[in-house]
Amino acid sequence: MTAAPPAPRAPTRASTVEFRHVTKRYDAGAKNTPGAVNDLSLTVPAGKICVLVGPSGCGKTTSLKMVNRLIEPTSGEILIDGEDAAQRDVIELRRSIGYVIQQVGLFPHQTIGENVVTVPRLLGWSKERQRERADELLALIGLEPGKYRNRYPSQLSGGERQRVGVARALAADPPIMLMDEPFGAVDPIVRERLQNEFLRLQEELAKTILFVTHDIDEAIKMGDLVAVMQVGGHLAQFASPDEILASPASDFVARFVGADRGLKRLSLSRVGALQLRPTTTAKVGEDAAAARRRASADPLGYLLLVDDQNRPLGWIAHEDIPQEGQLTESMADSMSPLLDRRTTLKDALSMLLDANVQVGIVVDRNGAVLGVVTADMIAERMRETVREGPFVPHAPEVDPSAIAADAVGGSADREPEPEPQAAGAP
Amino acid sequence: MIDWGWMADHLDELAFRTLQHLYLTAIAVIAGFAISFVLAVWSVRRRAVYPPIAALAGVLYTIPSLALFAALVPVTGLRSIVTAEFPLVAYTLLIFIRNIVSGFDAVPRDVLEAADGMGYTPRRRLWLVELPLALPLVIAGIRLATVSTIGLVTITGILGDGLGGLGFFIFEAYRHTFLTETLFGAVPLMLLAVVADVVLVRVQRRLTPWSRPARPSEDATIATVGA
Amino acid sequence: MNVIEQTAAWLTDPANWSGPAGIPTRLVEHLLVSGSALALTIAIALPIGLLVGHTRRGASLAINLANLGRALPTLAVITIVLPVTAALDPQLGFKFYPTMIALVILGIPPILVNTYVGISGVDPELVESARGMGMREGQILRRVEIPVALPVLAGGIRSAASQIVATATLGAIFGGVGLGRYLVEGIAQNDNGKIFGGVTLVAALCLATEMVFALIQRRVTSPGLVEPKAGWTRRRQPVEPGVAQA
Repeated sequence: MTAAPPAPRAPTRASTVEFRHVTKRYDAGAKNTPGAVNDLSLTVPAGKICVLVGPSGCGKTTSLKMVNRLIEPTSGEILIDGEDAAQRDVIELRRSIGYVIQQVGLFPHQTIGENVVTVPRLLGWSKERQRERADELLALIGLEPGKYRNRYPSQLSGGERQRVGVARALAADPPIMLMDEPFGAVDPIVRERLQNEFLRLQEELAKTILFVTHDIDEAIKMGDLVAVMQVGGHLAQFASPDEILASPASDFVARFVGADRGLKRLSLSRVGALQLRPTTTAKVGEDAAAARRRASADPLGYLLLVDDQNRPLGWIAHEDIPQEGQLTESMADSMSPLLDRRTTLKDALSMLLDANVQVGIVVDRNGAVLGVVTADMIAERMRETVREGPFVPHAPEVDPSAIAADAVGGSADREPEPEPQAAGAP
Repeated sequence: MIDWGWMADHLDELAFRTLQHLYLTAIAVIAGFAISFVLAVWSVRRRAVYPPIAALAGVLYTIPSLALFAALVPVTGLRSIVTAEFPLVAYTLLIFIRNIVSGFDAVPRDVLEAADGMGYTPRRRLWLVELPLALPLVIAGIRLATVSTIGLVTITGILGDGLGGLGFFIFEAYRHTFLTETLFGAVPLMLLAVVADVVLVRVQRRLTPWSRPARPSEDATIATVGA
Repeated sequence: MNVIEQTAAWLTDPANWSGPAGIPTRLVEHLLVSGSALALTIAIALPIGLLVGHTRRGASLAINLANLGRALPTLAVITIVLPVTAALDPQLGFKFYPTMIALVILGIPPILVNTYVGISGVDPELVESARGMGMREGQILRRVEIPVALPVLAGGIRSAASQIVATATLGAIFGGVGLGRYLVEGIAQNDNGKIFGGVTLVAALCLATEMVFALIQRRVTSPGLVEPKAGWTRRRQPVEPGVAQA
């Protein structure tokens, strides 16, 4: 991605998107036709990523396409910044919304540079401005403009093409982006990179994004808000990822999320969110007897030996500390994994289990000891229920007859839970 | 304008000429196909052989039939059936060669590998796997060759009264400026060509039920021209 | 003299290069009838093909008409049209129009079919992506479908051009213009030099046409569309309809 953060830009605009009782029927009266949508109501606040997730045929892509009116709703409204999208000129509407699809859809007969400024060209920007913008966007997604602007899509790898697709959607600085499984067509390693890069980009740009995926892990990772949909186009739950994992609203959601939802939640929190336990430390060269006395008071019964910079060297059991003399390095006989505050709880637990220890040492940027975490603390965190936010799932009683999706395990990388923003409660 | 009586009088002549037309067409198509098939199978086995054959075929193809007929007249004589058939066979050959080879070429590689993996000998593979799968394009070629030859046979009328099939009437009519006779030849000729085309399309569709294409670009019954 | 000498003699005879029966005149006539037929064909077939390809409506009708046009023997068409146009215009209606009209009927199928197949063959995801970005239908056609399908379209025009130029020789049989006259006259007069001279000229013209249009086709293909070829022939090598048919 970008080597250095670009110069501060004017804050980009973002709109709110609201679905109001939106329904799409394909067969007159038939229920649960694939792709149909049933009375969908939700609000996406400005600047947030809302992920629509669910099994095939749940209507998530249909819902997405109703925002830029590639599909027209049978009933209900979609409001953008409070204005009914159906009242706007459809062409103007589409040009103001960024649209990324799974196959990317780069025009093969145009260069990357030309592809990227498609919408600006439609809007009539000057050639100058188009050229500048193209280079700007390429740099933003980490492709060197000089090298890439005159290449053709067939000359790029799958991951590079996806990035260009995202850049193209961003070109006219739209307040809304629609993304339909944008990272689906690449292999898992590339996908993870793309996801991370995109999240970093979003930190900067803060656009309103509607993101469709069938992968619950991607939804948890990418979404500020997640809308779980069922076959037949019903909204099963609409809440923050943590809430969905902690309190699934129905059997369907619980099955779709997967039995390992407790563990999944751990990937949403970091070590820094925990209250670190203090531990008794002593520097090399300190008086052994005094150290022994302090260690006996420690509930763990261990002393952590550190160097003069407070960096951990190893544990000494309190009874192994000699009665006299000084502490030396060789006295330390065991060690724990080192964690930092940004380590996710899931990774932390994993490291502890791997090392077959109960305790992990948390260090700061310089390696100095801050405290410890135990496996128990992490498990406790997993069991905490999430406090009720203002988003109450809208869906009325839906029969949980839908198929549970198979959740593909994958590690997620996520900031601590965002604050649920105040937005129109149903 | 149109002398129906004349037409009624010459019905047996019509039958004769129609049969002659079909006969000349059949010789060309069958001979052309047989020769091309051998050449094509050879080309598929020995890759190096194909480019020169295709190049030669491509060149000859652009030369109009009339020129070819004309060129043969001094060689094999005006009224000879060889003069007529040689170019006719040559043209069907050209159509078939490219056609049969592309038919084989269109067989998916993974299917061939599967056949080999299951222990098919090259001969079995040819007859049981490649041929059936190449069939759609090959039949499209037969259809094209047939319809095209039906048209070309008409031109043989320039070589004399003994030939020409239905074209005989057209040439005769021109010499005597006789509209009735023109139609007498032209209309059955067009009907013959169109009927042959329709019938062969049906045959093609019937023989290859597995190749209902998803998109027009994959439909072998619609012959697209070289991109 | 053997045939080659006769031909050479005929071709180098200055008398054959001047006058209304001279090579330049007949060449020009040939090109005129071919060129006008090609222009008319493109004007008719291309828009229809674009429309049918983009909207996907009327496809079976278009295909059936194309098949019909392809099956009709050119000579039959000429003989039927001739009395009609000759009545309207005794001069051109006799020498020029019948051939031209027959050539138009001949040229429409390849252009119509190729255009339809090419445009409708453009990846639908590409089209939807363009639509989703806010292109109008006309813009989608102009900026996406046509450029991507251009090689196929150009192939159709190239094939039509080849066939038209070649089949124009037939026009000479019933009194029309063009290089075919040499062939017809040569056979009638038993003049080998004329026959083979005519053959040479006609063959040269046809090959030249083919090469010119092949060049145009290559020029017109965006470099982004050229994929490295997998085998020694292309997959689904399309079939070329008969050339110079009667």
